[in-house]
Amino acid sequence: MSALIEVFSLSAGYNAAVVTIGSALLGIAAGTAGTFLFLRKRALVSDALAHATLPGIVIAFMVMVSMGGDGRSLPGLLVGSALSALLGLLLVDALTRHTRLTEDAAIGAVLSVFFGLGVVGLTIVQTMTSGRQAGLEGFLLGSTAGMLFGDAILIAVGALVAIAVVFVLRRAMTIVSFDPGFAQATGLSVRAIDIAIMALVLLVTVVGLKLVGLILVVALLIIPAASARFWTERSDWVLLLSAVFGGTAGYVGAALSAVAPRLPTGSLIVLTAFALFAVSMMVSPHRGVLAALLKRRRTAIRVHRRQGLLALAKGEMIFDAMTLAVLRRDGFIRADGVPTQAGAAEAAKALRDEARWVIAGRVLNEDALNLRVDVLTPLEQTFTPDQIAAIDAALQNPRPA
Amino acid sequence: MLKTLSPERVAQVACAPLKGGDLGPEATDAALTIRALTVSYGEAPVVFSVDATFPAGSMTAVIGPNGAGKSTLLKAALGIVPKLSGTVTIHGRPVEEARALVAYVPQRASVDWDFPTRAIDVVLMGRYRTTGLFRKIGKSERAIALDALARVGMSAFADRQIGQLSGGQQQRIFLARALAQDTPVLVLDEPFAGVDAATECTIFDVLAGLSAEGRTVVVVHHDLATVPERFDRVLMLNVRKIAEGPISETFTPANVRATYGGKIGLSDAIDWPTRAA
Repeated sequence: MSALIEVFSLSAGYNAAVVTIGSALLGIAAGTAGTFLFLRKRALVSDALAHATLPGIVIAFMVMVSMGGDGRSLPGLLVGSALSALLGLLLVDALTRHTRLTEDAAIGAVLSVFFGLGVVGLTIVQTMTSGRQAGLEGFLLGSTAGMLFGDAILIAVGALVAIAVVFVLRRAMTIVSFDPGFAQATGLSVRAIDIAIMALVLLVTVVGLKLVGLILVVALLIIPAASARFWTERSDWVLLLSAVFGGTAGYVGAALSAVAPRLPTGSLIVLTAFALFAVSMMVSPHRGVLAALLKRRRTAIRVHRRQGLLALAKGEMIFDAMTLAVLRRDGFIRADGVPTQAGAAEAAKALRDEARWVIAGRVLNEDALNLRVDVLTPLEQTFTPDQIAAIDAALQNPRPA
Repeated sequence: MLKTLSPERVAQVACAPLKGGDLGPEATDAALTIRALTVSYGEAPVVFSVDATFPAGSMTAVIGPNGAGKSTLLKAALGIVPKLSGTVTIHGRPVEEARALVAYVPQRASVDWDFPTRAIDVVLMGRYRTTGLFRKIGKSERAIALDALARVGMSAFADRQIGQLSGGQQQRIFLARALAQDTPVLVLDEPFAGVDAATECTIFDVLAGLSAEGRTVVVVHHDLATVPERFDRVLMLNVRKIAEGPISETFTPANVRATYGGKIGLSDAIDWPTRAA
């Protein structure tokens, strides 16, 4: 336990501290770059990209060894991985543009072929004498074992670059993600912004390979943004929260990994991210699972209140126990079921609103009317003044359609 | 600064027939000129060699059957989809250099309304050219956006998540974004699709106001019945251009039949402008 505290407080040695900080920065970079991947609905492209790094890693290793160098040099391996990821990305793009294949099919094909190639290469490397201790399989699931100080600095610098680029381009990326047609018409190049998003994802993936591993890096890109979406309806806040979630996952995951070096670092980071996701999904105030249950309960009460008030207005008997309970609680009826003054006034209002709603469907002729709008909300909060005026005009002057 | 419609205008329910006088093709200089524009996705062109001129201050309906290439023509003209051939100028300048002169309103169904953004944020997107991509959005930009929301009767909904709005209200937000752009030319792709009657009136009133200010309005439109009363020009399209010109001369049963083929029963609801039948 004390070891855990040491790691979390960054006092378990210089190297462990640098790795933990580097991992936190990587998490922030993944969270921010991943937000636009998520908003642009292209999450899976990053999966193809990540898997396409493997052949590059293996080939870079072979090249460096054959040139008499140390095959394990991280910068060399990362250059190789970036080149093959880029090739994979271009292939997905070419397949989508020039054939009738949809993007998901192209992603599936590229992802599996590149990964298959990479695994074959990995097997060959391991039969080479110099390859036995290469530790290349660490790139699959991530590891902090054998990480050099310089490696951690490389990760940190790459992450900082990604964060800076996102900060500069965030408004353009938001506009392109929401409405590419509008963006193009106002002179923002959708293609250039899309390339920028992919370049960021490529950067995060490549610098994250060592820590998170190519199989799981997609999770670190997507889960923080998906978690953040539960908490807010504003893209700026999604971006900020996603950075916080990603950074937390990177920090906690790397710290855990320092304590339990036998577990793959990538898994620990991603499981931490998932824990944040699970909490977000459950307790988020608007989109969460618990909130949905509460909302259903509240809606039930409102339906009973409305039905009860309508019954009062028409002088009908009420038998439903819940309706009676709701009306009593609100002070609309006395214990014996006789409407109070407030109840009578509220009932008259409900009757008028109901009449407006009946006609609203016809007058406004909206496809969205039944989907987005809750019939129990007062009209003033749902429609614009001119829409309400149109409803009332129809109400006063009923004309067959 | 933007001109604001009075609240009474915005709240107006009955559509008053508001339109400027008919503009002949030679009446004013051209705001938007399309020459020999062809678009093709596969082998068959979707739009073939279309010439069209939109005079400054005119209000034009682009009509034609489904698949006639109405939206595609305008998207290609604005560089949103690639064109195979053709030139487009806006107030005499190539479209690539005239981005600041034109506001585009896409079809409502073309975006995901569950996107995490509020009505005011969408309208502010219309100001990004002046705010720049990096600087913080200032008070004056916000004021312009709020003013645009007021003009479409949506002031009370500024902070609403866009998914919580009805279809007509979403369309108004799109229009408000175009108003915030404050451009001399506005191109709208089916702004009346699936909207309520009150919204239709509000949008028509705003567009008529823009036209009265001397701005050029181009609308991809479906409802033939409202064409003669609300527009002063028409462009009739069915892959090729069938006809273009002032309503009084161009919007004739013969031209409509030529545009729609046999696929339309000419309704009594259409109030033919002149010399009809």
